[in-house]
Amino acid sequence: MRALFSSSLAQTGLFLALLLAAPWLLTNDYYLTVLILCCLNAIIVVGLNLLMGYAGQISLGHAAFYGLSAYTTAVATATYQLPMELGLVLAVAVTALIAVGIGIPALKLSGHYLGMATMGFGLIVFIFLNETIELTGGPSGFVGIPRLELFGYAFETDRSYYVLTACCLAGVALLSLNIIHSRAGRALRAIHTSEKAAMTAAIDIARYKLLVFVLSAVYAALAGFLYAHYLSFVAPSSFGFLFSVELITMVVLGGMADLWGGIAGAFFLTMLPEFLRAFEDIEVLLFGSILVLSMLLLPDGFAGGLRRLARFAAARLGRSGGGADGGTGGDVDGPDAAKAAAPGAGGRP
Amino acid sequence: MDFASILQYLISGLTVGATYGLTALGFTIIYNTTGIINFAQGEFVMLGGMFSVFFLNVTGLPLPLAVAAAVAATVAVGAFIERCTIRPVKHPTLIQLIIVTIGVSIVIRGLAMLVWGKDTFALPAFTGETPLRFLGATILPQNLWILGITLVLLAALKRFFAGTMFGRAMLACSHNKKAAYLSGIDVQRMVLFSFMLSAFIGSVGGAILAPITMASYDRGILLGLKGFAACILGGLGNPFGAAAGGLILGVLESFGAGFVSSAYKDAFAFLILLGLLFVRPSGLFGKSAATRA
Repeated sequence: MRALFSSSLAQTGLFLALLLAAPWLLTNDYYLTVLILCCLNAIIVVGLNLLMGYAGQISLGHAAFYGLSAYTTAVATATYQLPMELGLVLAVAVTALIAVGIGIPALKLSGHYLGMATMGFGLIVFIFLNETIELTGGPSGFVGIPRLELFGYAFETDRSYYVLTACCLAGVALLSLNIIHSRAGRALRAIHTSEKAAMTAAIDIARYKLLVFVLSAVYAALAGFLYAHYLSFVAPSSFGFLFSVELITMVVLGGMADLWGGIAGAFFLTMLPEFLRAFEDIEVLLFGSILVLSMLLLPDGFAGGLRRLARFAAARLGRSGGGADGGTGGDVDGPDAAKAAAPGAGGRP
Repeated sequence: MDFASILQYLISGLTVGATYGLTALGFTIIYNTTGIINFAQGEFVMLGGMFSVFFLNVTGLPLPLAVAAAVAATVAVGAFIERCTIRPVKHPTLIQLIIVTIGVSIVIRGLAMLVWGKDTFALPAFTGETPLRFLGATILPQNLWILGITLVLLAALKRFFAGTMFGRAMLACSHNKKAAYLSGIDVQRMVLFSFMLSAFIGSVGGAILAPITMASYDRGILLGLKGFAACILGGLGNPFGAAAGGLILGVLESFGAGFVSSAYKDAFAFLILLGLLFVRPSGLFGKSAATRA
């Protein structure tokens, strides 16, 4: 256990160091914004990966939690002028409560039915954000959210905001690694493998599913809070069905049940449109094609691709079976996963 | 609320519901042979409408021929999708295939936008626009076309699945793929055919709806979601449940828009769907045991 913890700590530390070093490699300050958005998406994806990759439950409505939190803090801090610490507490509490309310009935469903229920929930939230114009500003968005100031420290520069989001991401990753390696993590994997078997092993299925669902909603809430106070503007279109789908794609493309893989997927898919922007009209086309192609060529995502590459290399070097750990989580080390996220080095074998 | 307006809402609900039902049927056919929810189903509906407009205006075909050509073109697209993106996936898992179909739908939408632009296009109504009066409510001839064609399609499908060898082979795949394979059914061919059949149904739906709602490149997303909702409402995998689910969803939406608020009409439909799922997880016409597995 202790060894596992220090290995998670080492991985997370290395990852954070890489993240913090990244701005020095950037030529353009605009890319810092992109990196911040990468971190925010990665925070949500870590939670979604716990839910999908480890517990095997799908959610087609995670964008709604992100949006609910962003709007809660926007209304709290801009409309009611509450302090931001309170905004954070409110945003997380409201999102968690709604997640409990929707999770208890929804998680009794499985497969496509759970997908439909979470998608329906996401659409209802989306319509609500669009139509309650007095509260949310409607389709044109909510303007004038104050920039973040926590405990007397104002995060005024993009660089300080980036450090904050990177640290949040590292914190979320460390917490999740610990959950994965704990009794709860093993329970989740057992549920994924067979609910019946898990039940006979005295695992309270409903409780664990709800727990991980709410936890993933809370991660999304944290990201939503940071998003709102970074852009100081939110609009419903950022929290629609397509964003939920994009989040799932990040998880699958990065590697289900592989925390660092999921993060790599989040970085890759968030950066991708920025690099496709040069192609203007066919940007969407390329995006769709990359989705299809990567599923055809990399069925286990970046993480699986890297594992295969490692195995191939090991076989070439004559150390048969050396790198074949094939385990479930945290097996791919930080720097490799981060490299896969870098543009161009798409982790393709 | 007087009788005439209730009837009016019912008619418009049934009309829209019929297209939801056709989309849902498309979902069901592919789901039954492959287990995939094809998120590109809505794009078939969009293509049906857009191809019709294209063949009518650009190549100058008469309307019935233009619609037929549009349906044929969409069926070709369906076959292409199965051959080039579904079949090559090695050791497919459900979630991978779902993402593939989502990617395909993005590509189709992107192509449609590139080729036809972001405008909306009108398709002329099949037989004039003179409204008919019926017990105080107004019916457009196109409404009758939509309801009629939907009924004809349903009857034809029922005949196809129950009465022809080919249809029964497809049904066999839905019950047990391995057993179907062992009794000499070419499962891969059935999968290809299921994509073509649902492209056919989707594009017919798109072509008959286009005179009422207009056609544009982004028509497919919401229609796809509603079609999926209709499937779940009727019980996933049950074709007639899907059609009924579509009609119910359309009517609910129409009444929600009329009596509650038109801004919340979509939310209204989904709220009822959520309520139903929580109370009766297998949908209205599904087998209750099938869902929790």
